This record gives sequence, C-alpha cells and structure tokens, in this order.
Amino acid sequence: MTLDARERQRRASTGGASRRPPAPLLVPALVGVAFLVVPLLGLLVRAPWGDAWRILRESQASEALRLSLWTSSVATVIALVVGVPLAWLLARSSFPGLRLVRALVTLPLVLPPVVGGVALLLAFGRNGFLGRWLDEWFGLTIPFSPVAVVMAETFVAMPFLVVTVEGALRAANQGYEQAAATLGAGRMTVFRRVTLPMVAPSLAAGAVLCWARALGEFGATITFAGSFPGRTQTMPIAVYYALETDPDAAILLSLVLLLVSVAILVALRDRWLRGGTV
Amino acid sequence: MRRAVTTCVVLVAGLGLAGCGSGSSSPAASTTAGGGSSASASSQVAGDITVLAAASLTESFTTIAKQFEAAHPGTTVTLSFGASSALATQVTSGAPADVFASASAKNMDAVVSAGAATDPKTFAQNVMEIAVPPSNPGGVTGVESLAGSGVKTALCQEQVPCGATAAKVFANAGVTVKPVTLEPDVKSVLSKVTLGEVDAGVVYVTDVRAAGDKVEGIPIPADVNASTSYPIAALDDAPNAATAKAFVDYVLSAEGAKVLTAAGFEQP
Repeated sequence: MTLDARERQRRASTGGASRRPPAPLLVPALVGVAFLVVPLLGLLVRAPWGDAWRILRESQASEALRLSLWTSSVATVIALVVGVPLAWLLARSSFPGLRLVRALVTLPLVLPPVVGGVALLLAFGRNGFLGRWLDEWFGLTIPFSPVAVVMAETFVAMPFLVVTVEGALRAANQGYEQAAATLGAGRMTVFRRVTLPMVAPSLAAGAVLCWARALGEFGATITFAGSFPGRTQTMPIAVYYALETDPDAAILLSLVLLLVSVAILVALRDRWLRGGTV
Repeated sequence: MRRAVTTCVVLVAGLGLAGCGSGSSSPAASTTAGGGSSASASSQVAGDITVLAAASLTESFTTIAKQFEAAHPGTTVTLSFGASSALATQVTSGAPADVFASASAKNMDAVVSAGAATDPKTFAQNVMEIAVPPSNPGGVTGVESLAGSGVKTALCQEQVPCGATAAKVFANAGVTVKPVTLEPDVKSVLSKVTLGEVDAGVVYVTDVRAAGDKVEGIPIPADVNASTSYPIAALDDAPNAATAKAFVDYVLSAEGAKVLTAAGFEQP
C-alpha cells in the first residue's frame, strides 16, 4: 500500500492514523474551551443591550477608555525601547550575575501586581527613597498622576515582552548573524538588519501581550496611582467601582474592554499570532 | 433566602420542630429548639461563621470576635473587611457569609431589599475627622484648608459610606474639595496618609484613633460634621444561623458596646 504525499504528511503531523483526536485529550480540551468561553457568554447574556448607549455615556466610559488606551500604549512603547535591548542582553551576552538579572527581570511576571504597586509607592512615592528627591528637587510627585499609571503598567507588563523576545532570540539561528558579521557588518548593524527582522513576529506578539497586560492592569495601578476619573481611573478600575454602584454599567464597560481585546487579536491574527510563533 | 426557607420547611414538616424564625429567638432559645435532632448542629452556637464588616470596623470587630470566641468556646469567627458597598455587592451576589455589618444604612438597605437580610439593628455611629501625616506637610488646620488645590487630599469613593459622609461634611462647610484620589475604602485612605503620599485624608474619628501616632487628627467642628450609622444583621442565607444570631446579639450587648466606645464609636 502506498500513501499519497498529502496523506503521509497528514499522518506525520497528527502523529497517528486516525483523524479523530483521542478522547483523553479531546475531553479535557473541550472543558478548557468551555471554561474560558462560558464567563464571556455570561457578559453577553446579562448585558442591558437596550440601554447600552445611554448607560455607557453616563458612566464616563470614554474617559476611562481613552486613559487606558493611551497609558497602555505608552507603557508598551517604553517596554519596547527598554525591553528589547534587555532581551538581547539576556539572550546574547554572558556576564556574571546574568541568571540573577534574568530572575529579577521576570519577577513581576509572578509577583502579585498589588505588591508591585506597594513597591513602586515605596520607591517613587512622595516619601519613597527616590521619589523623595524628585519631590524635593523638582517638585515632581508621581503618585496619583497618569505617569504613575504608565509606570505601574510598564512594571507589570514589560516582562511579558522581555520573556517573549528573549525566547525568540535564543531560538533564532545565529548562523545568519555570524555570516553577516563575517561579511563585515558591525554588531549594531547585525542587530538592526539581521536579528530584529528574524525575531519580528515574536517581537510583535510580545508587544501585543505586553499591551494587553497593561490594558488589564489593576492592582499595581490602584495602589500606586490611586483612582480619579479622567486622571488615573483606568477601565479595569472603572469596572471594579461600577460593579458596586451600577452593575449594568460594569457589564457594559467589561464588554467594551472585551471588544477592544478581540479587535486587537482579530487584527493581528494572521500576521503575527499564528500558532508557534509566540 | 430560598435555601433558608427550604431548610425551614423541611425542619417543620419532617421533624415537627417549632422555632424556625431566624429573627426573633435568642441564642439560648435556639440552642434548645433544635436539641436532640439531626439539625442540632445548625442551631447551636458553635462552629464557624463569616462576618463581612465595614473597613472602619477592622480593629473593634477583631477585638469583639476574639471576645465572642472566648465567650462561646467552639466558635470561630472569620472576618472579612472592605468597603460596605463592595461587601453589600458580595452579599447580594451570593457570597457565603453569616453576618453583615455596614457603615451606612444605605448599603444595608440594598441588602435587605435584595432579600438577603431582615431586621437590621443599628449598633454604632461614627463621625468624620481629617487625618494628616504627623508633620502636617500641607499645613491643614480645618475643612477649609482642603478646598485649595495645593493640599493633596484622599477621599473614599462616593458610593463608599466614608465618601458619602465626607461629601456631607463638605456640603455643610460649603467647600469644594478636589481630591487627588478616590480610594476603595477608608483604610486605603488612611494608608495613603500614613505613607505620607497625601497631605490629608477624610476618615472616621475611629480610624484616626486606631492609627495611633502614625497620623495626626484635625477635628471637624460638630456644626459641620456629619455622622453615619452602622447597622448589623444576620443574613437570611447564613450557613450557621444560630451562631450568626449570637454574634449579632454580642455586638449589640454591653460588652460589644464597650469595645466600640473604646474605639471611638458613639452609641446610637
């Protein structure tokens, strides 16, 4: 019996003869999908569609959304500017304490965000060991300002970018970089012309992850930046407060955030978020 | 609510017991009511209860819970503190709890009208005070000092009782305050003051007292001050109704009042 090329490839990629996934894998997978999707259905089912527009207008959602969008975008830009070189350093260089640096950099990934908020307050707050001097010398107080929102979001979200890009750099074939260097390219040129294009998909995926994490930031923000409508009250905080006063508004605000997130994923789906590139 | 009613019907119909009313019987009475039946565990003052209480009750209810546990061996009181508005939302969305103590009638009313509690009793009252860091960096002398934008002020969200009561104070004094942050509960306001991140926070007199020398209190004159009352109720769906009732009674008792008065609360 001979198999045609397509069938052989299919069997090779599925690892077996049958087209059906085995039940021990399929059932938990479906449970997983249901668990992730059902709560979102809850939002859709309970949403007060009839009054949606009026409630959204009255809840000052646009103010919170605008703040959330621009602070998380700025946080992502900062994360890119600082995080990509950091990822390169972690992936391509060796120096004593490298592993410690990597551990410290990824710490915010596992740290409860509210702890990050307290830490930021103690460092950059008005009485913080750095914030004190900013306040005394320049009259700058960071807490309770949009700057504090950006800082909290960057603190929590940047490690997502660093980890993603570092992983891609490690996986990338260094032969091309070496070839470019052999042909006379400087290290910076190699980075710009060879390394960056090679990891571009992961870079984009990392940036999206980072942006999404910043958009959803709550704990560090409310601890470090407080909450004031139009200044530091981001969408997640607005949702949290709305739940106490006007659950309908909370549902609608959540839906807006859901819509924004889905829109981002859809816009990027084929270009950058193919399975395996992250 | 529905669960409690069903249990009651089952008890009355199946075991022929009287005294299912949750609101009226004293702890002693409910201890005897279920004696000898399989339901005795739920009608004795024993086991665990969960008490949801306003953040401003943190210190006093911690003390009261310890005293209650000592007075009723075999009981464990788990306390959960937060903004009354947040706790009320938890109760109405079905959080398993036995007792709710609110820092305002409004949040308790929301719970009662949602059918989660009946017959709340007021056990304390509280008035506002300005808390400033010990060095008083904003040079705050009274409510009027908060009107300028030069003084960084932290307040509670409006829906939180401390925010609503502070708003009344400002209305009484005729000042407009532009806070730098609206915090989720009164203890968050207090912590922003103790950390020195704001120049002033409007909190309850009890919070200033509880913070000791970490903050300085600037009293608000009685003619502009506003008060809020604290209602407490055992929840209709309380998993441990008898102990919940006993805890409420303890808060309302002379022993409870003593702790509350020592913390700076006024008796209703």
